[in-house]
Amino acid sequence: MKQFFYFIQKEFYHLLRDRRTLFILFGMPVTQILIFGFALTNEVKNSRIAILDLSKDEATRAIIHELEASRYFDIVDNLNSYPELEPAFQEGKIRLAIVFPEQFQQNLLHTNSARIQLVADATDPNVANTLTTYAQAIIMDYQNSMRETNELPYRINTEFRMLYNPQLKGSYNFVPGVMAMVLMLVGAMMTSISIVREKELGTMEVILVSPIVPMRVIVAKMIPYLLLSMVNIGSILLLSVYVLDVPIQGSLWLLVFECLLFTLTALSLGLLISSISGSQQVAMLISLMGLFLPTVMFSGFMFPVENMPVPLQVISNAVPAKWFYYIVKDVMIKGTGLETVWIETLVLAGMCFVLLTVSLKKFKVRLE
Amino acid sequence: MRTLRILLEKEFRQIFRNPAILRLIFMMPSIQLIVLPLAADYEVKNIKIAVVDQDHSTYSRQLVNKISASKYFDLASYTSSYNEALEEVEKDRADLVLQIPANFEKDIVKHDESSLFMALNAINGVKANLGGVYLRNIINDFNNDIRLDWIQMPRFNPQPMIQVSTINWFNPLLNYQYFMVPGILVILVTMVGSFLSALNIVREKEVGTIEQINVTPIRKHQFILGKLIPFWVLGIVVLTIGMILARLFYGIVPDGSLLTIYLFAVIYLLSVLGLGLLISTYTETQQQAMLISFFMMMIFILLGGLYTSIDSMPAWAQTFTKFNPVSYFIEVMRMVVLKGSSLYDIRYHLLIVAAFGVFLNTWAVINYRKRT
Repeated sequence: MKQFFYFIQKEFYHLLRDRRTLFILFGMPVTQILIFGFALTNEVKNSRIAILDLSKDEATRAIIHELEASRYFDIVDNLNSYPELEPAFQEGKIRLAIVFPEQFQQNLLHTNSARIQLVADATDPNVANTLTTYAQAIIMDYQNSMRETNELPYRINTEFRMLYNPQLKGSYNFVPGVMAMVLMLVGAMMTSISIVREKELGTMEVILVSPIVPMRVIVAKMIPYLLLSMVNIGSILLLSVYVLDVPIQGSLWLLVFECLLFTLTALSLGLLISSISGSQQVAMLISLMGLFLPTVMFSGFMFPVENMPVPLQVISNAVPAKWFYYIVKDVMIKGTGLETVWIETLVLAGMCFVLLTVSLKKFKVRLE
Repeated sequence: MRTLRILLEKEFRQIFRNPAILRLIFMMPSIQLIVLPLAADYEVKNIKIAVVDQDHSTYSRQLVNKISASKYFDLASYTSSYNEALEEVEKDRADLVLQIPANFEKDIVKHDESSLFMALNAINGVKANLGGVYLRNIINDFNNDIRLDWIQMPRFNPQPMIQVSTINWFNPLLNYQYFMVPGILVILVTMVGSFLSALNIVREKEVGTIEQINVTPIRKHQFILGKLIPFWVLGIVVLTIGMILARLFYGIVPDGSLLTIYLFAVIYLLSVLGLGLLISTYTETQQQAMLISFFMMMIFILLGGLYTSIDSMPAWAQTFTKFNPVSYFIEVMRMVVLKGSSLYDIRYHLLIVAAFGVFLNTWAVINYRKRT
């Protein structure tokens, strides 16, 4: 037992005496939470649009005024003819053009029917879709305001209530996702180099000839990083609550417990990578390139899992971040307890156990 | 010149004699490029709706049928208790609750007015917002249907009516893959280039072989060039493989000229590799180099406009993207591949990225010291 503690001590020195690494390991989660919280939003706003108004009458002016007042649109250009449309899109100046044909108001007043054309830059289909939906809503509002004088019979009114996030803040969705991403990547990356580094530098030999058993070598490598991750978990949670105003609705202890479980899973995954790869370069390429994009894409916080083709939905189950994302969303934002997340918790625990066992099996007690 | 040739030979041998790295460089981006775009569907659809029907009338059933027939909604549950439906939302089995109150039909017919109630899971605000708009459109449609049942509409619109038609340019089918594939390809090329170059010099430092180079007459710029050119070539090869895969699997053929893409890629890689080499000269171990380059890449990639539109970012983040080479390449790729923009359209992008390249590489050469 005593040698085991010495071993842990050694790993601590490794970690603490490399100031630059330590600085990055603490700095990375903080910067990422801040970047995501403030800069990234999948909300579409301030989109640059152009108006092609061939009619220039009271009605078009009123609609343009409404568009201008909305926070979704930013009118940057007034075009005069159809041929000007294409170059404006080609240079990437605008995302949407709103075309009012000639005699808009006259048609509207005399025949009760007028047309508006929306031309969207669909290179980003999501933005195109959202922008046209918003523009349509604004135009419909204008149309309804004209009608208000005489009410229609047989009306159905609808009332909305936004659950969990009444102000529709983007950070409510991103914070759980970023937590999953940061804890996964930092965790896996840290341990993935730990064993292979000793192999590459030759110090592994010293460990292998010592009486310490593989199990303890592996556990000792995890403990310092686990403690470091706890600091990171703390700073992430503090930032989310006090800087990004994302409250913790459920039990803090449950949340911390789940974070630790997830970190353990990430560390075990890193250890597995470390024991199967031959050099630090390979280990780092696997843990960063191999994990970065799949974690971002399959966890479900960027792209909804239910939209994916079925085989990919099946694959996404193998990504630990997906399960953790669900847990954090439920516990932190919806405020539910263990009764709703026990399945996800068991899955994570199972993954952690399997990863640890496999990396122990793969740990070679002989040099090649 | 001869020194450089020999140095290049050494570097290439080092790369080719490490099959594990070589496999990773080519396999990982290829697999990711094939699989990931399939997952990247951002469109809000398949919204799971829980209906609370307390009316059980003809109208309420008609409305539910209409909703479940739409491509946006999947009927997740149909109950008469609001709390049961809320529980579905809590367990993530439903995103939206629509409550049809008792006497819904009677109120419409007798009192000319009735109300529906919606509760949306708003953790993902955009999804909630769009889901609400879609549902309201369906309800409005339904409302018009009912009106037609009761009153004979005159031939001309009795009310002012604005018809809005939408055209989607450059990607008329709203295919999300056309949008994602070029972007993901940029990320993969960038990651391969920057990680490998960041690890390279520092590896020689850590393993100790840098000593041997320091005692030779090799000049600083020759050494840096020798490190740069192999990864430059590799980056272009990865890009080529990516373009071929994009064509085979997603049928993406650039609208603009391939030459434009390659010219930009060559210059872009110069700046990415320069950044990697610069990191390499500043760090002592591979671990540090990897962490720093990953840290920077992550910020560059996330703020590069691949996932979220740069227009929606706050002003300071938009200013930052002006110094972010990744965002230039992503934009250029999309412009050339989807809109067929020409070299003239992307001239500023090209100049700026070239300036980054010159700046970073000069810095790397200056900072590399031939002493320990």
